[in-house]
Amino acid sequence: MAEILEIQEEHHTNLLPTPDNGEGGEKTAMNISYGKTMMWYFLLSDAFTFSAFLIAYASIRLAQAWWPNPNLVFKSFPGLGHTNAPLAFVSVMTFILILSSVAVVRAVQEGHRMNQKGVMLWMIGGIVGGAMFLGCQAWEWNHLIAEGLRPFYNPFGPDANGVTHLVEEHMAVSPGPIAFGALFFGITGFHGFHVFTGVCINIWAFFATANGTFQRRGHYEMIEKVGLYWHFVDLVWVFVFLAFYLM
Amino acid sequence: MQTTTVHETHADVHVHGPGHGGGHHHTETFISKYIFSLDHKTIGKQFLIMGMAWAIIGGFMSVLFRVQLGWPDETFPVLERIFSTWFTDGKLNPEAYYSLITMHGTIMVFFVLTASLSGTFANVLIPLQIGARDMASPLMNALSFWFFFIAGVVMFASLFLPTGAASAGWTIYPPLSALPQTSPGSGNGMTFWLIAMVLFVASTLLGGLNYVSTVLNMRTKGMTMFRLPLTVWALFFTAIIGILSFPVLVSCVVLLIFDRGLGTSFYLSNIVIGGKALPYAGGSPILFQHLFWFLGHPEVYIIILPAMGMVSEILAVHSRKPIFGYKAMIFSILGITVLGFIVWAHHMYLSGMNPFLGSVFTLFTLLIAIPSAVKVFNWLTTLWRGNIRITPPSMFAIGFVSMFISGGLTGIWLGNSTIDIQLHDTYFVVAHFHIVMGIAAFFGMFAGIYHWFPRMFGRMMNETMAYIHFAITFIGAYLIFWPMHFIGLAGVPRRYYSFNEIEAFSQYGDLNKLISVATIIVFLGQFLFLVNFFWSMYRGRKSVQNPWQANTLEWTSPIEGIHGNWDGELPTVHRWPYDYSRDPNSDIDFIPQTVPLTEEEKKDKIHH
Repeated sequence: MAEILEIQEEHHTNLLPTPDNGEGGEKTAMNISYGKTMMWYFLLSDAFTFSAFLIAYASIRLAQAWWPNPNLVFKSFPGLGHTNAPLAFVSVMTFILILSSVAVVRAVQEGHRMNQKGVMLWMIGGIVGGAMFLGCQAWEWNHLIAEGLRPFYNPFGPDANGVTHLVEEHMAVSPGPIAFGALFFGITGFHGFHVFTGVCINIWAFFATANGTFQRRGHYEMIEKVGLYWHFVDLVWVFVFLAFYLM
Repeated sequence: MQTTTVHETHADVHVHGPGHGGGHHHTETFISKYIFSLDHKTIGKQFLIMGMAWAIIGGFMSVLFRVQLGWPDETFPVLERIFSTWFTDGKLNPEAYYSLITMHGTIMVFFVLTASLSGTFANVLIPLQIGARDMASPLMNALSFWFFFIAGVVMFASLFLPTGAASAGWTIYPPLSALPQTSPGSGNGMTFWLIAMVLFVASTLLGGLNYVSTVLNMRTKGMTMFRLPLTVWALFFTAIIGILSFPVLVSCVVLLIFDRGLGTSFYLSNIVIGGKALPYAGGSPILFQHLFWFLGHPEVYIIILPAMGMVSEILAVHSRKPIFGYKAMIFSILGITVLGFIVWAHHMYLSGMNPFLGSVFTLFTLLIAIPSAVKVFNWLTTLWRGNIRITPPSMFAIGFVSMFISGGLTGIWLGNSTIDIQLHDTYFVVAHFHIVMGIAAFFGMFAGIYHWFPRMFGRMMNETMAYIHFAITFIGAYLIFWPMHFIGLAGVPRRYYSFNEIEAFSQYGDLNKLISVATIIVFLGQFLFLVNFFWSMYRGRKSVQNPWQANTLEWTSPIEGIHGNWDGELPTVHRWPYDYSRDPNSDIDFIPQTVPLTEEEKKDKIHH
């Protein structure tokens, strides 16, 4: 018995087939499977897409003489009417997204333990969190559109002292820079599209788990890959949040 | 005891892996074998055939507009009869002229030299040269081709729109491309162009992710990274450049689509058309140029690196010498890859960008000359005192080196922001980039096709036709582009429809005629290649297993091409791929990668 183990150990370093081509081969880069390699490179590529958008945002915004104050634009909260709660709602949104990421971390962990029920439970958490985030985003978009924000028009303009006001309330002397709406809808929309695809993928992963696909396969690597995408979407939000709400 | 254990482990893992064991023979229909194939060799051929079709279309477009530039006063009723929508009174319409140069650039840069060049050779060569049964994900690989195909359908359809194809140049600078009222081609033609390019990027991404993960994860036993042939190294870095730069084109194009469709002002500001002020404000066309060239410049390396990789391999094989400076070649590819990402603004010296930024980009641009020169010297030293075999692949590979030197030297001129003030947007630029990345990449592609044709189709191409093809293309290409340097130095701007009204430029009419005649001859010469290609596919001399006596793994796989590439076990690699002419006393001047090291070789540790 000990002999066999020793031989297997030896094979592990020399001849043991790697899982990737099933027939043995050279050590893979970083010792990860081709699926994860692909996911990492895809995320790198997607990071470049978002970077390009955020750089476009920075370059356009810095060229403007005046920019709306986010504390005075994003101050509403659902169900509270004309309230002044700067950034409160977006903080809730962000918190929900982070919680959903935590749930997916737990799903991956349960996957390592080969616990099918656990993976299913925590994936539901991830899906619900993502769906809630999308719902919040829909409300926020709806609210801003109701206030008059469009990709080609920005009602948040400066008053005589440069303080942000809605044009409709006759406080602002002129509409604000029109790039504001275009950038806001464009970039949060592109991020929201990523969240939406992420939720769809998570739902697929949930059903695949429920069907026992990964249990039969002997590993839950797919949940890890799905999780990588989900954390990436979460991470991108941090930058979008920074750009639009905090700066 | 030991063998049993090995066997069991082997079988067990085999079940879970996605590998396609050799010797499996599925019943295949014509459609599953040739059309919706998942086999990397077939997908490679699909890319090649599509690329050839696109090259003919794109090349013919250049003939049409060269006819206009060569004989601006003549009329061509024959052409009008065939292309009635593009010609009026026997003359090419200016709108059609701009559509043709736009589509010529788009087709050649993206469809032929990006998708087809990488698509063909990454697909055919990566699995065969690293010892894999197929790509990491054959399905994604097939999807990559079909996205490319659909992108092509959309782009081709745009030629038949009543308002014409996109006409803002292949770089589609706004505001021209953003506002349909500026030119007919900026209407639906531009919309089709943008949709086609988004599909195209999806194709590039699917292919690129696959190439990278295949190289990293599917190498056979003994095939360490530093035993990879230079073709694989080049295709690997090409894929990485594509993965990192094409997404930025997506961002760039998406914002342009918003400007066109949603009334946003990302790239537009303070525009007056026909006396009417448009509502756009706050955007920047220079932002577009930055985003575009962040792809656009790495794009030229996406085009040239695969050609460089193939030329390195082919020169070593056909001069029967180890490649000179194998690691220097790899690190110069890496250097080009990294530097290629930080030189994009040298296309924008005269865009209104800060001149200080221009000098930073001048510095990085000139630095790229170093890895490029390392490669050139390594090719020349590989040829130096080699036992050179004159064959079609070696002729085209040497032709590549010639073109790359000629075009590379003018790159040093253009990289300087001060000299660029005179040369920007002149025919000097046209000559430079056509020679260094257009013709050179085509030469690399031809070298690759002549070299790996027996690997792809099991037959040899006709050498006589190949040499005539080489002579026409080599001499013709210099005849087309050499005079353009002088026209460009004189300040003649590119993209102009006619110089009749401009005395300073119309004096070059005779040179323009010469260029146009050469263009037509070179274009016709390519049909010789086509005839050779398709004739040899069916009637060519049957190839032996290893016709060029090369070391790389693809020549150990059965020449008729089987699904799974190798019957039985995958080959094991024991040495680097460039052991040529090691023993001067031996008749055999090559040692394939599968030959184990001798005891003596094990002692001296160089190159293994």
